[in-house]
Amino acid sequence: MPIEVRVPTIMRKHTGGAQKITGRGATVRELVDDIEARHGGLRDALVDEDGRLHRFVNVYVNDEDVRFLGGLEAPLDDGDTVSILPAVAGGG
Amino acid sequence: MLAGDVSRAVGDTPLVGLPSLSPPGYELYLKLEGHNPTGSVKDRVAKYLIEAGEREDRLRTGSRVLEPTSGNTGIALAAVCAPRGYKLTCVMPENTSEERRTLLAMYGVDIVWSPASEGSNGAVRVAREMAEDDPDIWMPFQYGNPANPRAHYETTAPEILRDLPDVGAFVAGLGTGGTLTGVGRRLKEHDPAVKVFAAEPEYGDLVYGLRNIDEGFVPPVLDERVLDGRIKVDSLKALESTRELVAKEGIFAGPSTGAALHVAQRLCNPARLPAGTKVVVVSPDGGWKYLSTGAYGPGDVEDIARSLQDTLWA
Repeated sequence: MPIEVRVPTIMRKHTGGAQKITGRGATVRELVDDIEARHGGLRDALVDEDGRLHRFVNVYVNDEDVRFLGGLEAPLDDGDTVSILPAVAGGG
Repeated sequence: MLAGDVSRAVGDTPLVGLPSLSPPGYELYLKLEGHNPTGSVKDRVAKYLIEAGEREDRLRTGSRVLEPTSGNTGIALAAVCAPRGYKLTCVMPENTSEERRTLLAMYGVDIVWSPASEGSNGAVRVAREMAEDDPDIWMPFQYGNPANPRAHYETTAPEILRDLPDVGAFVAGLGTGGTLTGVGRRLKEHDPAVKVFAAEPEYGDLVYGLRNIDEGFVPPVLDERVLDGRIKVDSLKALESTRELVAKEGIFAGPSTGAALHVAQRLCNPARLPAGTKVVVVSPDGGWKYLSTGAYGPGDVEDIARSLQDTLWA
């Protein structure tokens, strides 16, 4: 079963406008490589030149921020949902 | 409780058990910040921000304070500024609740609107531009002012430790990061084993309408090192939990309380927190300021959640 990836508006230029795409991988890094093969440009949108998650991009596995699950090495299981959201100011 | 003036009635809020909503083997407690004078946790922050400005000699009678806010901080600042003779301008996104505008207008606050499509980022952007152009206004800037987390380090956290010294986990919403940073730091100094989790509101596409990713924003006051996890919560899950809180515990709170409660319940699992853990959850405000959004109205909760997803409910 593939992994569902939810793409924010700002990155849909790389997915032909699709809000949901699918991919495979045992870690977030493998998933990013897999979706990059079909949706060129997504990797550069997510990962900076040092190979880390972009400062203003949050990636969640089943709603949990991957920065607290091992970052790009966070493990994935079939059927997981991965969401990408830009980091924006919260309410206050 | 006798207070010489309203600013001294801030804090010392109730910490109430949630016997009906605590998963078996765990104890949830809700810190009712809606009991502050203007009805939100931001009374603590507004008092600290203004008193820090006074200590730095930034404020005089007639001075103008400018702040980006989705509402609660603005209302709290208004109550601190009015008796001290400071004027207040709030930059607020268009997609906030009607009650917030009405309350700010009643306090005589000048409101500058920022575009709904830029969410709170837009309010921050517009306020910064206005502050740069005018040397006579002072912007406390809750997203970057250490007085914000300090309010929680010095007041909210000591209250929690006084009432529940064996607290094992803490959950609060992620807005400016002030509550999580200030309380989290103090609780971990008390006991490094305490776990701290952020409940992050997830909105509809409208609120994430950046033109490019470099317009993203991570609040400078947020110290991510105090966090053990960060879990996003959409408007449906937040609303369902908020409604359950009314039905099962008789507590009427705002949607962000539901979001934090949802996260706390999800964490009450031996894989995440040891059985028996006492979890403190922050309720930043009551439900009153959200009535006009329809959040509590009759009808299908999924439809209501969809209509709410582009309104800033936290």
